[in-house]
Amino acid sequence: MQLAVNVVVLASIYALISCGYVLIYKVSRVLNLAHGELMMLGAYLLLTTAASVSSNPAVALAVAALLSLSVGVLVYLMLMRRMTGESVLAAVLTTIALGILIRGLVTLIWSAQQQYPAAALKVANPSVEIFLGARISLMSLFLVATCAVVYSALFAFLKLTRWGIRMRAAGQNTLLAGQRGINLGGIYAMTWGISTFTGALAGMLIALDSGLNNSMMMIGLKAFPAALVGGLDSLFGAVIGSLIVSFIEVTLIQHVDPLLSDVVPFLILIAMLIVRPWGIFGSREELDRV
Amino acid sequence: MVLPLWAAVVALPPFFASPFLVDLACQFLLASIGALSLMILTGIAGQISLGHAGLMAAGAFTTGILFREFSAPFWITLPASGLAGAALGFIFGLPSLRVRGVYLAVSTLALHFVVLYGGAEYEVKRGYSSGILIDPPVLFGYEIYGGRTWYFVLVAALSLAYLLCWRLVHARTGRAWLALHAHPTVASALGINVARFKLLAFVFSSSITAIAGALFAYYRGFVSVEAFSIFVSIQYIAMVIIGGMGSLAGAICGAFFVVLMPYAIEAALDLLPGADLYAGSVFAVNYAAFGAVMIAFLLFKPSGLAGMWGDLRMRFGRRP
Repeated sequence: MQLAVNVVVLASIYALISCGYVLIYKVSRVLNLAHGELMMLGAYLLLTTAASVSSNPAVALAVAALLSLSVGVLVYLMLMRRMTGESVLAAVLTTIALGILIRGLVTLIWSAQQQYPAAALKVANPSVEIFLGARISLMSLFLVATCAVVYSALFAFLKLTRWGIRMRAAGQNTLLAGQRGINLGGIYAMTWGISTFTGALAGMLIALDSGLNNSMMMIGLKAFPAALVGGLDSLFGAVIGSLIVSFIEVTLIQHVDPLLSDVVPFLILIAMLIVRPWGIFGSREELDRV
Repeated sequence: MVLPLWAAVVALPPFFASPFLVDLACQFLLASIGALSLMILTGIAGQISLGHAGLMAAGAFTTGILFREFSAPFWITLPASGLAGAALGFIFGLPSLRVRGVYLAVSTLALHFVVLYGGAEYEVKRGYSSGILIDPPVLFGYEIYGGRTWYFVLVAALSLAYLLCWRLVHARTGRAWLALHAHPTVASALGINVARFKLLAFVFSSSITAIAGALFAYYRGFVSVEAFSIFVSIQYIAMVIIGGMGSLAGAICGAFFVVLMPYAIEAALDLLPGADLYAGSVFAVNYAAFGAVMIAFLLFKPSGLAGMWGDLRMRFGRRP
């Protein structure tokens, strides 16, 4: 039972992070390799808002999340917009450079030590028994709930709202969407904002649960295979992919070797790339347009 | 006329320079070999790789393990490292036949973590948890030891690698790589076997990188996974970007730039008031500076240092 709970928690972490990869890829065909760093930046912003804005957890979280959203928009406006028309290679290299820049800045500003935003916000993180002796920390429970809310909101947004439909249109056929008067720059900026927002939420909740240091971006990288297994352009796929990856990872850690944790998602990734590179729910023709 | 002059420029410095400078030169020479091989893969053949640190680690660990387990000599470990690199390049290049661009980037990233995991497992299981020690190699009865000797060995290795790359790039293979970089569909319509040349680029680049890794292991006399973090891969990418995509000479300029930059930053930080205040954050400054410089080059000078050199020559009335 405990194993099942662990799988769900890890899957929620991966899913909450990987929806950022999926959104940006779906809309602009760019792979954002700075996503892990942006997520970490969000978690560090929480430290700052906790110290300077409000020690009320809800307020501090909300302010930090909104700040992250604007960071995402700024990254698009100041950096990624200028890569429009360049090759995919150049855009991906730009995100790598951005990632290393953020890592450096984060370490400079907040130091490399392990820090605990939960302590700064005076949030208790008791372990809760849910059923049949399976235990889960309160923050993990909160993370699972957040993940569910975020995904429901994203599905509703993409299916029902005007902006969501424009976003899908921009992803499906950029040229036609532009000709129909859709403000592509606005759509891309919004996508980067939402993606960084959800990533930051994940970062903050992980930091509240288990502390924060500058190697958090590794979790962001490990979430990428989840997105790819499900299909890089499918949100639903990201959920399924996260479940698959976390199930395999938790089982192998339990029964084989804890050291495997860092490498399992990537082994799954290789297997997937060889067998079915477009993922379980991804569309195959997308690949030709990369 | 040029050749002897060049030889003098290369051969004389180690007799005058301090051990620190010789070590710096050796680092630069090793980095240049890695940068050349990444330039072939990314700059010429247009395939991105985030796993170059992993490939170097593969070469270094092959050497370390062969030396520790079988006390294999230099003449066996070096080709074996190359073969190990080639095998990894083949396996991790396979996805590139079906997928392009971004997918490949993550496949090579996976390669990095898989190799490092393997290396760490070996270190732990065999009780070398702090790293594997390697004795200096013996060549023709001479023990290669000390910075000055290594300098000449590495100069020879770099010249060989450069010559090999130059020959490949300016031949059929290089033209095929450039074609599949520019437009894979057109390349295959022109009768180029895209799959074969992509894999060739991977295998060639990986084996050179792994050999560079093996040389690195011998030069340091020590192998440990810590030396091959993902930051090292990013440094190699920085060399290619800063040097200028598609230029072999650019790769060497890029390596020069990237190897010197941390020392320049450290020197600059020392000049600032309150130097000891920053002492702990040199690493972080390095990261940030690397990111900023890479972004600056990508945005404002995608053709890199090689492109700048071309501009200069144009300005002074000579065709580049």
